Amino acid sequence: MTPEAATAASGPRPIVEFLKIPASGSPYLEGQKCRSCSAIFLGERATCSSCGTTGSCEPFRLSNRGELYVFSIVYRSFPGIEVPYVSAIVDLEGGGTVKGNLIGIDPDPVKIKMGMPVEVVYEIAPRKDKEGNEYLTYYFKPRA
Amino acid sequence: MSDNVYIVGTDMIRFGRFPDKSVPELGAEAAQLALKDAGVKIQDVEALYCGNLMQASGMVGQRILQEIGQTGIPVTNSANACATGATALRGAWMSIKAGVYDLVLVVGVEQLGKMGLLGGPGGGGGIPKEGLLGSGLMPAVFAEAGMEHARKYGTTFEQFAKVSVKNHQHSTRNPKSMYRNETPLDVVMGAEMIAYPNTKLMCSVNVDGAAAAVLASEKKARELGMKRAVKISASILTSDPFTQRDLVMPDVNTCTRQAAAKAYEMAGIGPDDLDLVELHDCFATAEILHYENLGLCGEGEAGRMIDEGETAHGGRIPVNVSGGLLSKGHPLGATGVANVYEIATHLRGEAGDRQVAGAKVGLAHVIGLGSACGIHILEKTS
Repeated sequence: MTPEAATAASGPRPIVEFLKIPASGSPYLEGQKCRSCSAIFLGERATCSSCGTTGSCEPFRLSNRGELYVFSIVYRSFPGIEVPYVSAIVDLEGGGTVKGNLIGIDPDPVKIKMGMPVEVVYEIAPRKDKEGNEYLTYYFKPRA
Repeated sequence: MSDNVYIVGTDMIRFGRFPDKSVPELGAEAAQLALKDAGVKIQDVEALYCGNLMQASGMVGQRILQEIGQTGIPVTNSANACATGATALRGAWMSIKAGVYDLVLVVGVEQLGKMGLLGGPGGGGGIPKEGLLGSGLMPAVFAEAGMEHARKYGTTFEQFAKVSVKNHQHSTRNPKSMYRNETPLDVVMGAEMIAYPNTKLMCSVNVDGAAAAVLASEKKARELGMKRAVKISASILTSDPFTQRDLVMPDVNTCTRQAAAKAYEMAGIGPDDLDLVELHDCFATAEILHYENLGLCGEGEAGRMIDEGETAHGGRIPVNVSGGLLSKGHPLGATGVANVYEIATHLRGEAGDRQVAGAKVGLAHVIGLGSACGIHILEKTS
């Protein structure tokens, strides 16, 4: 499905295809799950990349809760990209691993704890494309 | 099938920045040096395997032959991220092992100039994802890989930084290294932070470079003289098997572990038999992971290993005595041939000031993200 097709008529577009914006209800992340080997991953494919079974992958709604697996704090990036930012790998409850910015915490290696509970939140991205279209992105936030 | 495959000649140009030279010119320079070292002419060579990444569609091998002799031999150009050079070498090794050729040239070459370490901003439509959906930049990707080790074993920023102190120190004794400066721990840790915990001095150096090797069958090696010949006792290439996090966090560990197990089996040795190792220190964090991946120490012991100087020159198992990618430089397609040159030079007893005394067996490792892992184990013959 193209990002356009997944977008509600006049709302923001999803930043990545695995971010789903239903016509009604909250946005969510969607992975694929293999019926044959239960592997979970991002991105549609005809054949499971874990077990090689064809036609066994189906959409799987990912949880908005997870835990911080690892992170890095990025200080040098492309021109125009605000630094520092925390690049985080998050393992989601029920399976699936996603990468994104960790927000709502100081970019300080002493404060950021690997294993800390986080939640996925959805916000309008601070960037637009050349045509001026808005995009919905996701972030990770510490969860109590 | 040929019994054994030998390196009968190998050399590299000093890594650096050569904006006035072309990629084929750099490759030709290394090729000529290796042919001379082997005592053979291009007319003796039956095939060329060439590794280059940034001009992968540019027929670099053929253009090298335009510089050194268009003899009409088959040329295979390979591109496999940072395992490009090792992939070319393995192609040459397989062709001799299969009994197709007796004398084959391998060239790895790259021109990076002052290109940033960061890579491209990424494809796909919509808006740029970098800095919104985390980081796909190499310093951060390898920082995250290092943080996995920190999470498991408590490895510290200081321990990662010590890798860079060691490799820069090693490079002061290598005349072919891009940089040859000592960088004390406070300098490494105090350098500009690129992606925590990797500072600028913990990132490999983007350089231009080329390295080459001449491989021979047992029969041809005996004909040329075995005195300086180095045996290739294992040549292994792996790709990354499926793991759940691999898509967002490239797994550099599993493919290295699988390659190491296969390489030790093929060579009939274990990690304790190694006298030196050149491994893929693209970032200081990566070197720590590969101590365990290659079995140089037990699980969780890599931090202690760097603390106790076991991998420094003169230590139990010296790692990256060339200066490694961190100081010698990392010309992507050349790296996997240059580290084989380094091992071979020690086994020949020709490494000068940096010679690892009595070296008989060595291992060269590279990993290309995406992923490909290449390992070669070399043995002294005389």
